[in-house]
Amino acid sequence: MFSRAYRAAITLPPVLWVAVFLLVPYALLFCYSFWSVSPSQTIVHTWTLDNYRELFRVNVYLQTLFRSMWIAARVMIFSLLLGYPLAYYLSFYAGARKDLFYQLVIIPLWVSYLVRAYAWKTILGSDGVLNTLLQYVHLTKHPLEFLLYSPFAVVLTLTHIYTPFAFLPIYAALEHIPRNLVEASHDLGASPLQTFWRVIFPLSIPGVLAGATFAFVLSLGDFLAPLLLGGPSGIMISNIVVSLFGAAYNWPLGAAISLCMLLLVLALLLLSEKLEKKWSFR
Amino acid sequence: MSDARSTSRWLPWHAIVVFGFLYLPIVTLIVYSFNGSGVGGFPPHNLTLDWYRMLFADDAIWESVVNSLVVAFAAMAISLMFGIPAALALDRANFPGKALFRRLVLLPLILPGIITGLSLLMLFREADVKLSLVTIVLGHGTALISVATTEVFAGLQKLDRAQEEASLDLGANYWQTLWRITIPNLRLSIVGAALLIFTLSMDEIAVSFFLIGRDNTLPLEIWGRLRRGITPEINAISSIIFVFSLIAIVSWYRLRMTAEGTPEITAEVVETAQGL
Repeated sequence: MFSRAYRAAITLPPVLWVAVFLLVPYALLFCYSFWSVSPSQTIVHTWTLDNYRELFRVNVYLQTLFRSMWIAARVMIFSLLLGYPLAYYLSFYAGARKDLFYQLVIIPLWVSYLVRAYAWKTILGSDGVLNTLLQYVHLTKHPLEFLLYSPFAVVLTLTHIYTPFAFLPIYAALEHIPRNLVEASHDLGASPLQTFWRVIFPLSIPGVLAGATFAFVLSLGDFLAPLLLGGPSGIMISNIVVSLFGAAYNWPLGAAISLCMLLLVLALLLLSEKLEKKWSFR
Repeated sequence: MSDARSTSRWLPWHAIVVFGFLYLPIVTLIVYSFNGSGVGGFPPHNLTLDWYRMLFADDAIWESVVNSLVVAFAAMAISLMFGIPAALALDRANFPGKALFRRLVLLPLILPGIITGLSLLMLFREADVKLSLVTIVLGHGTALISVATTEVFAGLQKLDRAQEEASLDLGANYWQTLWRITIPNLRLSIVGAALLIFTLSMDEIAVSFFLIGRDNTLPLEIWGRLRRGITPEINAISSIIFVFSLIAIVSWYRLRMTAEGTPEITAEVVETAQGL
C-alpha cells in the first residue's frame, strides 16, 4: 500500500537517531568496560580484562550487587502484594467507583519521584513526622533509628514508587478476562476461591510477570533512594557506579559494572517474555 | 460475583490501606509546607505561608524551573519528531534490523535511567561535546522517544485503514494522506504522548544527573539542596509541582477518555511496550 519513498522517509530518521543516541552509546559502554584509566586520569583505549578481574576480586562489588537484587526482590514482592489485590478489587468489585479509583492509583505515578522519596525522608527521620508522632502519643520514648538510613527505608520508598507500576499491567490483564468465563465457573459450582485460583489467577499471570519485571528491574538500578534514605547499609550497586563515574574517577570499572547490570536486566526481560508467552491464552 | 463475600470483605480494607500508603507522603509533604516550625515534628503547628514567600523570592529555584521548562519542550519536540515516524515505521514498513530497532527504541522505558544516562555521557565525552542543557535535551528526547512510539503505535492499531485507502484511491499522494488523514486521526494519541513526555521530562533526574552541565534543572536543583539538608521550602515547591502534575494528569485522562472511552490508559503503554 505504501511506496518505497514513503517507507524510507518514516524509517530512516528514527533509525539513524536511535543508532547514534542509543546503539552507539550502548556499544561504547561495552568498549569502555574493556578499557582502563592511566595514573594521570586519562582513558587508555587498549583492550584489557582487568575491570572484570577487579569486579570478581573485590568482594564489595558482588556483595553490593546481591544486596541490590535482594532489595529489588523485596520491592517486587511487596509491590505485587499491594498491587494485585487492589487491581483485583478494582476490576471485579469496585463497580461505579472503578474510574475514580483508577485515577487515584495513577496520580502518584505522575508525582515527582524525587519529591516522594524526599517526603518519606521527612516522615522517617529521627525528628521526622512518624517518630515525633509516636512520641507524641507515648508509644515510644526515643526515636526509632532503624526507620531512616537503612535498607528498610529504601525498600519502603521503592515499594511506594513501584506499586502503581506493578498494579497497571495486572489490572489490564484482569480487565481482559472475559467475564463469562468467571460466570461459567460459578455456574458449574466452583466456589469463589476455586474460581479465583483456577480461572482468574492463571489468566492474570502475564500481567503479574510484567508488573514484577517493572518493579524488580527499575528498583535494581535505582541510586537516588539509597543515597537519600539508605545510609551506609542501604548502598546499592548503582551508587557504586555513580561514585566510579564521579569522585573515584574510574569510568571503565563503572562501565563494567553497568554492563553486568544491563546484561542481567536483559536476561530478566527475555525470561519474563518467555514466561508471558507460555502463560498467554489470548 | 456478589457471592464471593468472604474475599470481598477484606478487599476494600486492603484498598484503603494501599491508598493510604500511596497518599501518606503526598499529604505529609503538603501539610508541612505550611508548617512554621519546619519539616517534621508532630503535630504540625504555626501554620504559615512563609515558606512559599521564601520560595517566590528564591531566584535559583525559578531559574531552574525555566531551564526545566525549556528542556521539557525541546525534549518533547525531539521525541515526537522521531517517535511518530518510528511508530509508523514499526506499523507499516519492513526493513532489515527492524526487530533490533524495536527493542532499542523501547529499551529506555524499562531500563534503569542510570544506564541510559552514563552511556550517553560516554558518547558526549568521546565526541567532545560539552555538557549543558543541550545534552540533557538530547538525553530526555532520546529516552522518551519510547513513550511517543508506544502511544502513537497504540493509536495506529485503532486507526481505520479504509480512510487512508480511500484517500489514496481518490488521488491524494502519500504525503497528503499522511498530513490530512493519518496525523489528524492520531492527534489524541499525539497530544497524550506530548503531555506524558512533558511531565516525565520535568521530573526526570537519573539521566540528567549524568548529563548536567553548569545549569540545573528543577529536580537537580532540589536534589542539590536535599544533600545540604531539608527545608520546608522544598515542601513548598514540591506541593506546587504536585498541583501542576495533577492538572496535567487530569487533562490527559479526560483526553484519553474522549479518545478511547475506557479508563485503561497507562496500562496500554505498558502493554504496547510488551507487545511491540
